[in-house]
Amino acid sequence: MSTLVRLVDVSKCYGDAAALQPTNLSIERGKSTVLIGPSGCGKSTLLRLIIGLIEPDSGSVRFDGELITPENIAALRRRIGYVIQEGGLFPHLTARANVLLMARHVGKSQNEMQTRLLELCDLTRFSENLLLRYPVELSGGQRQRVSLMRALMLSPELLLLDEPLGALDPLVRASLQKDLKKIFARLGQTVLFVTHDLAEAIYFGDEIVLMNEGRIVQKGSVIDLREKPAHPFVSEFINAQRGIASV
Amino acid sequence: MNRIRKARNEETAESGNQEARKMDLRIRFFLVSWFPHFLLIFSCIPVFLIHSVSAAPIVIGSKKFTESYVLGEIATRVLQSAPGEVEFRPGMGGTIIVWQALKSGEIQVYPEYTGTISEEILKEPAARSLDSIRERLHTFGVGMTDPLGFNNSWALVMRRNEAERLDIHCVSDLRKHAHLKLGLTHEFLDRQDGWPRLRERYALPQQDVRGIDHALGYAALANGEIDVKDAYSTDAKIAENNLVVLTDDQNFFPRYDAVFLYRVSLDEKKTALLKTLEGTINEALMTRLNAEAEQTKNYAKAASLYFESRGGSGMIQAEPIFHKLIRWTLRHLQLAGFSLLLSVMFGIPLGIIASRRGVIGQAILGFASIVQTIPSLALLALLVPIPFFGISVRTAIAALFLYGLLPIVRNTASGLQDISRSLRESAIALGLNPAVRLWEIYLPMASRSILSGIKTSAVINIGTATLAALIGAGGLGEPILSGLNLNDNVTILQGAIPAAVLALVVQWFFDLLDRVLIPKGLRL
Repeated sequence: MSTLVRLVDVSKCYGDAAALQPTNLSIERGKSTVLIGPSGCGKSTLLRLIIGLIEPDSGSVRFDGELITPENIAALRRRIGYVIQEGGLFPHLTARANVLLMARHVGKSQNEMQTRLLELCDLTRFSENLLLRYPVELSGGQRQRVSLMRALMLSPELLLLDEPLGALDPLVRASLQKDLKKIFARLGQTVLFVTHDLAEAIYFGDEIVLMNEGRIVQKGSVIDLREKPAHPFVSEFINAQRGIASV
Repeated sequence: MNRIRKARNEETAESGNQEARKMDLRIRFFLVSWFPHFLLIFSCIPVFLIHSVSAAPIVIGSKKFTESYVLGEIATRVLQSAPGEVEFRPGMGGTIIVWQALKSGEIQVYPEYTGTISEEILKEPAARSLDSIRERLHTFGVGMTDPLGFNNSWALVMRRNEAERLDIHCVSDLRKHAHLKLGLTHEFLDRQDGWPRLRERYALPQQDVRGIDHALGYAALANGEIDVKDAYSTDAKIAENNLVVLTDDQNFFPRYDAVFLYRVSLDEKKTALLKTLEGTINEALMTRLNAEAEQTKNYAKAASLYFESRGGSGMIQAEPIFHKLIRWTLRHLQLAGFSLLLSVMFGIPLGIIASRRGVIGQAILGFASIVQTIPSLALLALLVPIPFFGISVRTAIAALFLYGLLPIVRNTASGLQDISRSLRESAIALGLNPAVRLWEIYLPMASRSILSGIKTSAVINIGTATLAALIGAGGLGEPILSGLNLNDNVTILQGAIPAAVLALVVQWFFDLLDRVLIPKGLRL
C-alpha cells in the first residue's frame, strides 16, 4: 500500500480566518478516504488544494511524490477526476460531449473513446440511449452518473468527490450509493470523498477523517471514532447524527 | 459559527483572485491565438484606405442647403468635361465641417460666400476685399474664384401679410414688436456675423428666439409658429411662400458674393474650367435655379437649367427611383454592416477583458458607456477634424463602430460573469487549457447574451447610419436629408421607410441566427 497524495503542514487562510490550520494527511492508493465534518470545517478547502483550484499558504501537497506547482498542475489534473454536488456538467454540451471533452483534447482516437464510453455506461448503469441528451433533459441522478463518467473517462488515479450525492432525493441517493461502492471496488479506485453525512461516510470510508474548524480532529475507522474519541467533538458529532437517524 | 461563515465568504473571494490570475493566462492565450486574425484585419484597413486614395477622384463638396447643392452640381458638371473622375458629396454639413474638409484635402472644391469667408472662416471681419481674402486663403493652400455674379446675403424674412399689418419694412422696425417669435437656423444663431451681433446692432428686444432647421423653419413660418426667420436672399422659398425680406437698414450684413473655393493643388485645366463659371449667375438666375430645384426636388435638373441658360445641352437622365433605392440601401448596409463587423471583432475581446472585475474592465466599460452618451451628431463632428477621418465613409464607419461597441462589450462581459463558479471550476479541474475553456465552454455558454448584444448594436447601427449622409457618406439618410431640406415628405419617406424595414429585417435575421448559433442545450 503506497501513498498517492501527501499533504505536509498545509494551511490556508482567507484574510484573518484560517480555513485550514497546518494539516498533515496521506491518501493511500486503492482506499476510500472520507472527509467528514460540519459546513465550513475545511474539508472542501482540502479537496480544492489537491486539484489546484487554490494554492496553499504554507506546506506542500505532493501527488504521486511530485510537488504540485502551478506549472505541473495542468498535467496532474488529467490524472485526477473531480465530481461536485451539482454535477458541473456544461449545459451546452450533450452527455456524450461532456464525457468525451477532455479525451478529445488529449487526442484519443474515436475508437478508443467509443469503447471507453460504452464501458463507462455499463459501469455507471447509464443508458446509452440518453447519451445525446443535454443536461437539462436528464434527472439529477442521471446527471451525477454522467458527471462520474466524465471524471472516470481518462482512468484517473485519484477520484475526488465533493458531496456528490448531496442534492439528490433519498431513494436516488441510496441507489447511487450502492452503485458507487460497487464501481470503486471493481476499479480498485483511490477515492477521496467529502460528505457531511455520517451514514454515507461509514458506508464508503475505509478511513474516516473527521474535521472541525480547519483541523483534523480524528482519523480512523468508524469504530475508532465511536469507541476511542480523540476529542469531545467526535462524540458530539457522532451522537448528533445518530440522534437524527433514530428519530 | 460566525467565524466559519466568514471563512466561507473569504474563500469565495480568494478563489476569485485565483480566478483572476487564471484569467490573465486565459487572455494571454486568447491574444496569442487571435493575434494573426487581428493582424489580418488591421492590414485590411490600410488596403481599404489605399484603395480609396489611389482612385483619387476630384471631390466636390457642398453645404446642406438648396443653393449649395445646386452650385455643387454645376461645378461637378463643369469639371466632368475634363478627363478624370469627379465625385460630388452633397450636403456635408455646415460651414466649419465643409471648410475643414477642404483644408485637409478631403474635398477639393466647394461653393462658399465671401462674407462667410471673412467672418466665419478667417474670423477677420475687416478683410472684405477679394484680394485680401484671397491672400489669406492662400496660406491654407486654398484658392478662390472671382464672384459667380450674385450676392446671397443673409436676410430676415416675415410673412408678407403680417409685415404689412404691423407695418414692418426694415430690421429696425422689429424693435417696436417685442412679442414676435424668431426661429433661426442653428448656424445663424451661433455665427460671429449672425444673431448675437445683429441683436446688439439693432438692439432687438425679442425674447422668444429658438433654433430650428432651415427647411422646417419655412413650414413653421407658414403656420404661424414663428414670425421671423433668417433666409438667404436668393432663396426660392421667399417668393414661393409669399414672404418679404426686411431691409438691412444699418448695413449690418456683409456682402455674400458666391465663389468657389478650391485647393491650389487642383490641376490647372480643372481650375480654368471652374473659373469659366465666374460672373455667369446673376441673382435672378440663381433664384430661378433654386426654385427649379425645390419644385422638381432634383438638384441635377436645376443644374441642367443653368447649362441650358448658357446654350449648352445640360440634360441629364434622372436616375430611376428604383435604382436610387437600391444604391442607398446597399450603401446603408455597407456602412452598418462593416461597422458592426468591427464592433463585433473588437467588442467581444474587450468584453472578455471587461468580464474580469478589475480596473481595466471598469475602464473599458466606462469608455464604451461614455461614447454611447455622446450625441451621434457631435461624435461625427468630433471625428471630422481628425486628419485620418475627415469627411468620408471612414468617419461614418468609425462613429457607427464606436456606437456599436457598448452593447456588445457589456453583454459579452455580463454573459461571462453570469457563468457559475462551480461550472468554471469544473472546466479548470477537468484540465482544459485556458484557450479551450474560453472557446469551448465560456463563450458558448455566454452566446445568448453576446448575440443579443450584437443584435442591439445592429439595430442601433441601422438607425444611426442615416446620419452618415450628413458627412456625405450616403445611405438612406441621403433622401431623408435632402427631403428635409426640400420640405418634401415623399423624399423623406423614401429614406425613412427602407431604413425602418431594414431594421426589422436585421432584427428578424438575428432571431434566426440565434437558432443557429446558440447551442441547443441552452435553448431547451
